[in-house]
Amino acid sequence: MKTEDLKNSQEYKYGFTTDVENIRAPKGLNEDTIKFISNIKKEPNWMLEWRLKAFNRLKALKEPNWQKPKYPKINYQDLYYYSAPKSSSEKPTSLDEIDPKILETYKKLGIPLDEQKRLNGIAVDAVFDSVSVATTFKDELTKKGIIFCSISEAIQKHPDLVKKYLGSVIPLSDHYFATLNSAVFTDGSFVYIPPNTRCPMELSTYFRINASETGQFERTLIIADKGSYVSYLEGCTAPMRDENQLHAANVELVALDDAEIKYSTVQNWYPGDENGVGGIYNFVTKRGACRGKNSKISWTQVETGSAITWKYPSCILQGDNSVGEFYSIAITNNHQKADTGTKMIHLGKNTKSKIISKGISAGKADNMYRGLVEVKNKASNSRNYTQCDSLLMGNKCGAHTIPYIKNNNSTSTIEHEATTTKINEEQLYYCNQRGLDQEEAVSLIVNGFCKEVLQQLPMEFAVEAQKLVAISLEGSVG
Amino acid sequence: MLNIKNLEAKVDNKHILNGLNLDIKPGEVHAIMGPNGSGKSTLANILSGKNGYKTKGEIKFDGQNLSELSTEERAQKGIFLAFQYPLEIPGVNTNVFLRTSLNSIRKARGEKEIDTLSFLKLVKEKSSELGIDEKFLSRQLNVGFSGGEKKKNEILQMKILQPKLAILDETDSGLDIDALRIVADGVNSYKNKDNAFLIITHYQRLLDYIKPDFIHVLSKGKIVKTGNAELGIELEKTGYTNFI
Repeated sequence: MKTEDLKNSQEYKYGFTTDVENIRAPKGLNEDTIKFISNIKKEPNWMLEWRLKAFNRLKALKEPNWQKPKYPKINYQDLYYYSAPKSSSEKPTSLDEIDPKILETYKKLGIPLDEQKRLNGIAVDAVFDSVSVATTFKDELTKKGIIFCSISEAIQKHPDLVKKYLGSVIPLSDHYFATLNSAVFTDGSFVYIPPNTRCPMELSTYFRINASETGQFERTLIIADKGSYVSYLEGCTAPMRDENQLHAANVELVALDDAEIKYSTVQNWYPGDENGVGGIYNFVTKRGACRGKNSKISWTQVETGSAITWKYPSCILQGDNSVGEFYSIAITNNHQKADTGTKMIHLGKNTKSKIISKGISAGKADNMYRGLVEVKNKASNSRNYTQCDSLLMGNKCGAHTIPYIKNNNSTSTIEHEATTTKINEEQLYYCNQRGLDQEEAVSLIVNGFCKEVLQQLPMEFAVEAQKLVAISLEGSVG
Repeated sequence: MLNIKNLEAKVDNKHILNGLNLDIKPGEVHAIMGPNGSGKSTLANILSGKNGYKTKGEIKFDGQNLSELSTEERAQKGIFLAFQYPLEIPGVNTNVFLRTSLNSIRKARGEKEIDTLSFLKLVKEKSSELGIDEKFLSRQLNVGFSGGEKKKNEILQMKILQPKLAILDETDSGLDIDALRIVADGVNSYKNKDNAFLIITHYQRLLDYIKPDFIHVLSKGKIVKTGNAELGIELEKTGYTNFI
């Protein structure tokens, strides 16, 4: 067991641990663990059955192995699947009941859960290891009929919505990690926006892995009913540990007629140290269904953390005239690896998709864009535009682009553009000559390179993200 | 202000400067002329601190040894180079670049960062002096700019950053007569008793508008002749052959 903190490393400022007492399920992946999770969450029987069904399917599945970054075999029997701060074994009903240590943790992370200190009108759901510890602004949202709560609470209070939509975008036995998540997911956020309602504030979930030897299996479900709009942002951090921790989340989005969902991620899980020891395996399944006509789903991701990032936030464009977008910045430094991109599946007529991917690779890192654009035969007059740009810093890193393109409709068009550039010495010199030091110059040039994606982020987070981009690349240019 | 003694410079074992001496005092305008390959741009690059040169000799700026300073420290101390080929930086607004640059320099001098309103006022004032449209400032730095626009942008940066020593590396090349006049007016209006200019050029043309105190002829890495403004006119007539 290696659980001591790597306190000597200064680069990752979220690397602290919080000393709280935990309730854990016994180690191991089996029916008892699943029953333990379901029981401690007081889930109805249908939910337990759903989990067990997933677990049975899982037995027949194998971990995929086609990705570029390889990793040592994960011993699924040697992991904890449930870890919750003891103080919240009964879900707190007000902030006063939350363990002050946890409140302190979120304060350190810059996420005040105290509604007195309003975070620019952003409602926050905070997930600590396996449980949601607090959701802010609930009352204000409830007045508009908006549901924003933990998925555990939604299972109890809004079973009809959960039954109808859970697993409707990512089927129970989609692939190994998604199925694993369906069996053992612990918490995450649930959002429902009623018809013709514009959510008046940004909704945000903040994920924190604290306990060691614990996998985090979060589950998020967002439903935008007809004519509604919501913008949602998730952020993630974890302590520095010299073990690799698994994060296998499932995120499902459903947009009905004329609805729009904007989903932004700022992922800053612990990336491991400069020698590649430790860090999070971020193996996440994110998928959105543009189920209604004229619906729109837009994914924006800023991926700077994790030892390995392996995810393809996707859009299934079922409704006629629906729109899917994917804006991505993936930064890999030191020994980090990323294999990320998107899938745009055009099913409806006049569907449109746009992909803007910016990959930045430094140190000995490896950065892969992998994406699928598929136009099915009934998706007439559909259009896709893809632009993949890679920026290399130094000469020991790698960048790769693998686009898969399938067009089965002659009236539809797919465009793909890709560039690879190296950070330019002359540009750096020019900036230096104007008084910028090396770090400022790199930050300026890289932020310029990422601009099209950064400007998609909600204002409040764009500034944070710009800083994060700069921090992730510190020391990468000699 | 600037004292260069016996400066030698090599790139890949090729000698480019061979014992160059030059003294520049506040309030002076020096022009350096010379044929292609004589080392004019190398001099500009070495003064601004570009990597890749092996040097010998001494360069002092306000009494401080330049070789001890990084490129950005030199800029912060007041050395400005107007580039012969200004770089494009995609995705970075000209305004943002100007402001970041100004703030870096202010910070290094222990001054406060400039607030948004004062900055916008400053940029507006300086750009209108150079006949630069404000829309131009929200464009990405030098991306898709014409040659003339790039050069005007360099002069705009000079006027905003207010250097002590401004080095103009062939700023006149590729300019039409109107742009040339605007650039020259920009220089003349900035010139005062406390700052100095080092103007590198091929042609007398620019010197019709900016009157230099000294003209130096550079050949094979050495200053072979120094004179006043008359020397430029003579060079224009006879070419360099008499001097090298």
